[in-house]
Amino acid sequence: MTQPTERPVWTRRHLLGLENLSEAELRFVLETADSFKEVSTRSIKKVPALRGRVMVNAFWEDSTRTRMSFSLAAQRLSADVIDFSEKGSSVSKGETLIDTARNIEAMGVDIMVIRHPAAGSAELLARSVKCSVINAGDGAHEHPTQGLLDLYTIRERFGKIKGLKVVIVGDIANSRVVRSNMWGLSKLGAEVILCGPATLLPRAFETICPGVRVTNDLDSVIGEVDVVYMLRVQNERMKTAQFPTVREFTRLYGLTWDRFQRCKKDVFVMHPGPMNRGVEIQSDIADGPQSGILTQVTNGLAVRMAVLYLVTQC
Amino acid sequence: MRSSYDASDVSEFIESLARQVAAGFDGGKPINVVGIRTRGETLAERLSLALRGRGFNQIGRGVLDITLYRDDLSEIGPRPMVRPTVLTIDIDRRPMILVDDVLFTGRTVRAALHALSDYGRPSVIRLLTLVDRGGRELPIAADFCSLRLGDLSRDLKVKVQFTENDPHDAITIEPRKPTA
Repeated sequence: MTQPTERPVWTRRHLLGLENLSEAELRFVLETADSFKEVSTRSIKKVPALRGRVMVNAFWEDSTRTRMSFSLAAQRLSADVIDFSEKGSSVSKGETLIDTARNIEAMGVDIMVIRHPAAGSAELLARSVKCSVINAGDGAHEHPTQGLLDLYTIRERFGKIKGLKVVIVGDIANSRVVRSNMWGLSKLGAEVILCGPATLLPRAFETICPGVRVTNDLDSVIGEVDVVYMLRVQNERMKTAQFPTVREFTRLYGLTWDRFQRCKKDVFVMHPGPMNRGVEIQSDIADGPQSGILTQVTNGLAVRMAVLYLVTQC
Repeated sequence: MRSSYDASDVSEFIESLARQVAAGFDGGKPINVVGIRTRGETLAERLSLALRGRGFNQIGRGVLDITLYRDDLSEIGPRPMVRPTVLTIDIDRRPMILVDDVLFTGRTVRAALHALSDYGRPSVIRLLTLVDRGGRELPIAADFCSLRLGDLSRDLKVKVQFTENDPHDAITIEPRKPTA
């Protein structure tokens, strides 16, 4: 007989962001993901844990990695997967977010994975439907599974998170990845430095999350960090030009070869994808031995399996 | 009926289990001993040690976590932690002793068999448990067992303790605490 020995750490039906998760909850998800990583090493990469459950990918924005990763994660847990995209749907006929969601739910959905350009949309949805809601990116607010897979990847690389210095570079203002990572990393004891041009780096970040440092000068911190986390320049979220030229951005904030050589020897390079090669990151660094970019994608699967499993147990 | 067994009883039980296995298998051939987390794992370790003492020199060891294969998650209460299964040994075409501490409803064993079928196809799987407390809900029986308690009341709980996780080795039968 297997007897449950621990008190339940995880009691959430939804995963909306990392801001509200405790350190214990974050650790619990990462530990659970360890077990799911093992599933992907088996010859039969599938377990029956979510047999008979239905997950829907409800995406109001484009995605490659996240959508496929959630689909595969659900399938490896034996759940059924359906897809919704704003493009080609009745949204063009004027159906609201909540109406669309309630209609999808009425088909018997257990988990709704939502990506939407409006910050707070996942939370709004969680209050409007009965099924579990997982935020797969709400505007520039949060992208919690990305944050978790980044935490997982850093922890796997260094064996710890506490005490590490992480600089997140680039388009801070428009990035939901930053917000999830900032909360996750600081809760687990890493030192977070946010770096970017003043136009893309609101000073308010220093007051939002205690312990977070803000700088406009990448070269002043590049030599002291364990992790360089490059963000994508999100042209689609910028209404006006936020920096003079792409070339200038690359010179000041890109991970160039010259800058890379001034990093610590064992520096770990990360990027949430999709990359603008040659803009925020030089190609041979992204493909080099110190890049964790594809490991991030691999780990995303285990982390999402863990999240899907956990939210359905509550 | 006795309501507790101490360390010397436990050690005697494990010896008896090793004796039973040794009578049924050839120690010179490969055999896999796989424990179901958590206490089945400890028992499997102790059993392997006893078997080595009896000349078994090709024992493969593995640990099975069956959480993802359970059909009674909601009944056993708070979400159990999912832990990794460690099964790096070759399980195909070899006999396997599947080990758990207590046999009750049989649902854990059913889940374990399901999980194992995703890893390979042993030539034969035999079930070994320290205690059989009756109360089966599935057609499953232990091939090797050292303490058969008959059909115990559901109000009673059989608790196996090993020094690896607990203060001392013991088996106790006590009233089940009311669930909240």
